[in-house]
Amino acid sequence: MQFMLLFSRQGKLRLQKWYVPLSDKEKKKITRELVQTVLARKPKMCSFLEWRDLKIVYKRYASLYFCCAIEDQDNELITLEIIHRYVELLDKYFGSVCELDIIFNFEKAYFILDEFLLGGEVQETSKKNVLKAIEQADLLQEKTEYVSQQEVLWV
Amino acid sequence: MVLPSLKLQDLIEQIRGAKTQAQEREVIQKECAHIRASFRDGDPLHRHRQLAKLLYVHMLGYPAHFGQMECLKLIASTRFTDKRVGYLGAMLLLDERQDAHLLITNSIKNDMSQGVPAVQGLALCTLSTMGSAEMCRDLASEVEKLLLQPSPYVRKKAVLTAVHMIRKVPELSSIFLPPCTQLLRERHHGILLGTVTLITELCERSPAALKHFRKMVPQLVQILRTLVTTGYSKEHSISGISDPFLQVQILRLLRILGRNHDESSDAMNDLLAQVATNTDTSRNAGNAVLFETVMTIMDIRSAAGLRVLAVNILGRFLLNSDKNIRYVALTSLLRLVQSDHSAVQRHRPTVVECLQEPDASLSRRALELSLALVNSSNVRAMMQELQTFLSSCPPDLRADCASGILLAAERFAPNKRWHIDTILRVLTMAGIYVRDDAVANLIQLIGGAQELHAYSVRRLYSALAEDISQQPTVQVATWCIGEYGDLLWEGSCEESEPLQVEEEEVLTLLERVLQSHLSLPATRGYALTALMKLSTRLRGDNNRIRQVVSVYGSCLDVELQQRAVEYNALFRKYDHMRAAILEKMPVVEPSGPQADEEAKESGEAVPSPSEPQASKLMDLLDLLDGSSGEAQQLPPMAPSPEDSLVHLLDLPCDPPAPACSSSAAHPAGAPPLPVDDGTRCLRPTRELLLSPTPAPIPNLRVFEREGLQINLSFVRPPETPSLLLITVTATNTSGGDVTHFICQAAVPKSFQLQLQPPSGDTVPAQGGLPMTQLLRILNPNKAPLRLKLRLTYTHFGQSVQEIFEVNNLPVETWQ
Repeated sequence: MQFMLLFSRQGKLRLQKWYVPLSDKEKKKITRELVQTVLARKPKMCSFLEWRDLKIVYKRYASLYFCCAIEDQDNELITLEIIHRYVELLDKYFGSVCELDIIFNFEKAYFILDEFLLGGEVQETSKKNVLKAIEQADLLQEKTEYVSQQEVLWV
Repeated sequence: MVLPSLKLQDLIEQIRGAKTQAQEREVIQKECAHIRASFRDGDPLHRHRQLAKLLYVHMLGYPAHFGQMECLKLIASTRFTDKRVGYLGAMLLLDERQDAHLLITNSIKNDMSQGVPAVQGLALCTLSTMGSAEMCRDLASEVEKLLLQPSPYVRKKAVLTAVHMIRKVPELSSIFLPPCTQLLRERHHGILLGTVTLITELCERSPAALKHFRKMVPQLVQILRTLVTTGYSKEHSISGISDPFLQVQILRLLRILGRNHDESSDAMNDLLAQVATNTDTSRNAGNAVLFETVMTIMDIRSAAGLRVLAVNILGRFLLNSDKNIRYVALTSLLRLVQSDHSAVQRHRPTVVECLQEPDASLSRRALELSLALVNSSNVRAMMQELQTFLSSCPPDLRADCASGILLAAERFAPNKRWHIDTILRVLTMAGIYVRDDAVANLIQLIGGAQELHAYSVRRLYSALAEDISQQPTVQVATWCIGEYGDLLWEGSCEESEPLQVEEEEVLTLLERVLQSHLSLPATRGYALTALMKLSTRLRGDNNRIRQVVSVYGSCLDVELQQRAVEYNALFRKYDHMRAAILEKMPVVEPSGPQADEEAKESGEAVPSPSEPQASKLMDLLDLLDGSSGEAQQLPPMAPSPEDSLVHLLDLPCDPPAPACSSSAAHPAGAPPLPVDDGTRCLRPTRELLLSPTPAPIPNLRVFEREGLQINLSFVRPPETPSLLLITVTATNTSGGDVTHFICQAAVPKSFQLQLQPPSGDTVPAQGGLPMTQLLRILNPNKAPLRLKLRLTYTHFGQSVQEIFEVNNLPVETWQ
């Protein structure tokens, strides 16, 4: 995966994860153009489109668009599963997630994503394991001091 | 008094509460000032909160570079909270183009070697997201160590970080190849998935690695088999499919290992058949696995039966109610249509049905696939379907559809009459979308099919009588009527219904075309010429035609006026020659590039078949009137060394420039050669003797995008110092044609710019014939040249517009 963008129906960016090195200017340009292109799609159209030399897979969940850019040899259908898995993780973590949760807790959204994908690839296919990892990181955060290794069990 | 800064949640509330962009900017600017102040001398305990706010603001599009150093400080802190936000900030704000990013290398190193697993995880995550090649080189050995860490949490992240490192620094493959064997024995799905990804990456980059890992095919097959048959694990399953992510990744690796390798392909045959037949296809997860299986089957050396099975699965996908599945099927079938043509042909009816899809991306795919499936046996049926599609398809597909139909018709037409009918129908339905040469092609075709002249002229006459707005049809029809009008009222035609046409009706129709405001200037030119030709084919007298022709002698359109005046002259002074001049044209040889050359040289957009007649006429008049034509032939120069001084004094100053001699009939704008410049030549003559011949100006590549390249080549004709000729050449090495290509140019006010018509508007794929266009720039003040180009075209189904200034223009272009 080259990048993932989350944006609202008004085109406001809610999350951006870039797995390729691009300048800020290029990122802004890509974001602007892609958001426009996806928002222009009619509701009944399929979830895939070709844009520049990338394949774009997008899905709308309520008021949020989840949009991934994958390479030519990547499987579009499994990317849809990746998006869905991420939404499920968010839902489990926040308890019936809505766009506002992601707005006000954007760092958490990033942390969850970083436990699911790494370098643009899936790192953990067990929902349980991802959620446990986040839980334990949150616990760790609550302690203000540096924690020694014995206190926390990692999966 | 310092106002307390907001908490993150409050800041977000305030920003969302802002009613206007300006208000939002105000809130943010105020807060950023606070943040900056607190970075300078604020409480380190709350630094992470300040950075979090800054990251939020950054996501809204505001500058946040002043937070970069804070990221470093937070990462270096011992508190987990700080590290978490610090690393997040690093991934969002630091990028490998700035040197600052290297400063976190040390922190990452420390965290990887000494941190608790959670911290090691953060470091690995950051490294795999934004790690530059330099960082990867520095930290490779640390990551290698982490592959042996007891905690699976860390191991799985280390494996994927290795993937990233290899992508950045392929030489690191040697470090990460050995551990793979051991890693493949892991039970943890995450580690297994990462390992398969790592092996895939290694194999894609090195044939040696590929050979090495082929030995593992049996092992991989076993893992996949276990997953599919017995490995039901609730926590890894989606809709009853065991870990589809892992299955897909293994299938992808098997594809790479089995490609072009019989032994490996054999080893996977059974398993692939098993997965293809047993996977539940009721939900997307199953279809994703099935799709990957099909792709693998088609790419390796699989048994014929298996290949047919795979194509049939794709055929089934085409009938799936889920649009996404249909899209994926169409795309895959398109890729396979060359290699497995007959297998894909079997699904032609379904593909044709997909043309009716309301979703434009699907119907476009269906169109491409349908066009690829046309062959000599199904051409009639397919053309029928495609023409139906053309009449109802969305506008952006019309051009592709029309061109596709015309191309297919050219390749597979069963007979000429069918071919003519087809082109005619396409022109009537989608006239404005066809390529410029469609009219010329049709005219050639008709001209060459003598037995069909009567048929063609009747059909075209009826079409014209119905509708004079479709320009391409009108052009062809008027030409036809002009050439074969006599067949309209003489003789009968068995192939079409009897048509009673009076001469006067025909003339009225042509006059209507001539007068209609719907007609393009080129069309009116056709009509006038046609009228003229009819003057020799009418049975009655020519008074009506003579009237029309003389009226247009004062037409505002210069082209029409010229024609009318010349035709008038033909009536008055050269009536005895009229019949000979206007007799039927000989068959024109089909010649694409040559025709373009002629069009380019004469500087008109009128297609070639009418050129021979018009220029014949003009040449004749030239001879008779003794006026100089447009052709400017430069005397060939062969200066011999010892006589060079003498020659240079006698003859025109400079040797002819290459550009001028190649296009013999240079447009009227070319300045006449100075003839009596004996005296003026003295000074430049000496200079020429002493200075070396002017070096050719180097070409300039000005644009490159997805295989489309634009090059500029420059010529400064020596006899016209202020003139610069630029040839724009567009080449296309990609797999898709570039169509509707338009290039426009702009120069500063002191320059004069003239664009000649391009050689065409399509740049065919795979290095096909390049498109060229000539620009003439006059720069009398010798001002520095600036040039802006605007390109619009369609490529891979996307409309592209690019505007850019040409940099690095060689100084020789204007000095």
